[in-house]
Amino acid sequence: MKKLLEVKDLSISFDTYGAEVQAVRNISFHLDEKETLAIVGESGSGKSVTAQSLMRLVPMPPGKFVGGSIIFDGEDITQKSEKQMESIRGKDISMIFQDPMTSLNPTMTVGKQIAEGLIKHQNLSKKAAHDRGVELLKLVGIPNPEARIKQYPHQYSGGMRQRAMIAIALACNPKILIADEPTTALDVTIQAQILDLMRELQDKTGTAIILITHDLGVVANAASRVAVMYGGKIVETGTVDEIFYNPKHPYTWGLLGSMPKLDAEGEELQAIPGSPPDLADPPKGCPFVTRCPYAMKVCEQHMPDYKELSSTQKTACWLLDERAPDVEPPESAIVGGTEVHG
Amino acid sequence: MAETREKLLEIKNLKKHFRIDRKHTLRAVDGISFDIYRGETFGLVGESGCGKSTAGRTILRLYDASDGEVKFHGENVHARKSKKELKSFTRSMQMIFQDPYASLNPRMTVKDIIAEGIDIHGLAKNKKERTERVNSLLKTVGLNTEHGNRYPHEFSGGQRQRIGIARALAVDPDFIVADEPISALDVSIQAQVVNLLKRLQKDHGLTYLFIAHDLSMVKHISDRVGVMYLGNMAEIATSKELYENPMHPYTQALLSAIPLADPEVERTRERIIVEGDVPSPISPPSGCRFRTRCPFATDICAKVVPEFQEYKKEHWVACHLYDERYADQMKQ
Ligand SMILES: Nc1ncnc2c1ncn2[C@@H]1O[C@H](COP(=O)(O)OP(=O)(O)O)[C@@H](O)[C@H]1O
Ligand SMILES: Nc1ncnc2c1ncn2[C@@H]1O[C@H](COP(=O)(O)OP(=O)(O)O)[C@@H](O)[C@H]1O
Ligand SMILES: [Mg+2]
Ligand SMILES: [Mg+2]
Repeated sequence: MKKLLEVKDLSISFDTYGAEVQAVRNISFHLDEKETLAIVGESGSGKSVTAQSLMRLVPMPPGKFVGGSIIFDGEDITQKSEKQMESIRGKDISMIFQDPMTSLNPTMTVGKQIAEGLIKHQNLSKKAAHDRGVELLKLVGIPNPEARIKQYPHQYSGGMRQRAMIAIALACNPKILIADEPTTALDVTIQAQILDLMRELQDKTGTAIILITHDLGVVANAASRVAVMYGGKIVETGTVDEIFYNPKHPYTWGLLGSMPKLDAEGEELQAIPGSPPDLADPPKGCPFVTRCPYAMKVCEQHMPDYKELSSTQKTACWLLDERAPDVEPPESAIVGGTEVHG
Repeated sequence: MAETREKLLEIKNLKKHFRIDRKHTLRAVDGISFDIYRGETFGLVGESGCGKSTAGRTILRLYDASDGEVKFHGENVHARKSKKELKSFTRSMQMIFQDPYASLNPRMTVKDIIAEGIDIHGLAKNKKERTERVNSLLKTVGLNTEHGNRYPHEFSGGQRQRIGIARALAVDPDFIVADEPISALDVSIQAQVVNLLKRLQKDHGLTYLFIAHDLSMVKHISDRVGVMYLGNMAEIATSKELYENPMHPYTQALLSAIPLADPEVERTRERIIVEGDVPSPISPPSGCRFRTRCPFATDICAKVVPEFQEYKKEHWVACHLYDERYADQMKQ
């Protein structure tokens, strides 16, 4: 599998109220061609900042690039000029957001917004861009595309706006689509439609997807690989099966245990006690140390190295050190054999 | 629950319509009927805009009903009431909101927010008793005394929800409407709040109407669940029965749409995908409101409104598929 994108030791901070919020701290990951990589974690863990940095959309200031590299097509995104970035955004890398209304332009017809990128990046004529726009709306399942293309975003329902945004994002056949919580604001029936659509389009176009979500159900449904973020760091990464069936990080266990199981009777949920760390003053060692039931002395002071558990799974936890006691994942974190009804 | 269940609330043909303009009325809640038993959690689910919040608010008399009635302890909630009656009534029914931040006064300390109800209803004899009560409430919801002196913005989402819960508990209610109390929280924090709500229910004998759009959490916390669609009730059953034997095609689609946290299952699962969006409650479809998205709909569904019937013990459904009178028409 060819690597499309490689992020190395990326760190991004924000200067706020005299404190430095270390939103993303030394993260490394890669994206293969045609795959879907999910980034999961609770709010504030640095998922969106990571996504924005791949397109250089982090507002600077207050944001600042602290270090690292993002290699795309053999070149480092972090070193590019704003002008060079403009020819990458929307053409090679596109992004869709949780709330389509914040990224769709309310004063422009959907057709115009699709055409913009096509005219800019592919030198299409107005007429050709319009025709391609109708095709794209059809592709994303918007009924009556000839009429709909002339409408404004507010005339669309929530699910249709998300479809329109996908159409805009995919207009120039990008190599990478970054989807930041694309279904979080949608009802489950509409979410199922959108996830299906993304899968279908990926099969057709081969676009690699970075899917940001906090919903493990969405991850299980859509991802091929997963990176688990906590407190600005990636604490564990692996194939979707490794993360669900052989998780090794206590935070991953906690996430899996917090989910109610649809097929289980009402036993107590395994909540993770406490709340996430303050990134203006993060723990010196492992970010999860304050909430981890297995925390040891060493975890407070030193960030563990990644341990390679397979060619695809890497986990940063002191429990995996040979000097640490053996700890089994709790019952609540064991996934498998979910019964499906209905 | 034993046979001698006591009905705490009886909701009959409840309607709440909003006037949009001279010509248009929005039928947010359009004739729903169900009972809530003392000590149980009744879950209310359905897609956004189907009328869950409006139902909850009308039940609490935060809205007047357009039609139908709500009985609480056998008394008509919407009947004219004296100031005194109204006061004792508002004391026994409380609400917890989705966005704890919007519902907490930013200029009041947490202590004063929690004590507001205690003051209004004169539940503390003196300052010392008031403080003791507040401190014990803070402890009950997992906060500490020192938190009482701070302001809402100093707290995380999960902690704010705890403050909202303490405020509701302060007046010793019998019944709490929890309107999407965990929707804005992270999964790990959701579990904390749900566990807290369950514990409080046991300790204080509370009855809940738990509103959510997340069916898996509702299933977890509820004894019985009602599924709403466009202002109507589509189905009611115990949560186990609803999950194992959903009868209404809408419930089936809703359950089938939930992605499960099990990749193997997700890869092999057959889904019922409903097409399109929810129609407008200003001009809902004739007959069955779900028919425009229902894979089983036939002509009869456009003509006749399905009756809400108990087809199995404790399992109520509004769908012609189960009505013998329409068996022939539904076979097409
Ligand atoms: N524009 C910004 N200014 C200041 N702080 C920010 C900004 N954007 C993000 N942050 C901070 O960075 C951290 C990570 O945020 P984010 O990546 O949005 O989290 P997630 O997407 O995982 O919920 C948070 O502490 C957030 O407050
Ligand atoms: N105060 C109001 N005035 C007019 N329409 C309203 C009002 N409150 C709710 N609605 C409408 O009533 C319908 C049901 O809303 P709501 O009860 O909030 O649904 P839910 O809680 O299930 O998302 C929606 O179409 C909504 O727009
Ligand atoms: Mg985010
Ligand atoms: Mg609501």
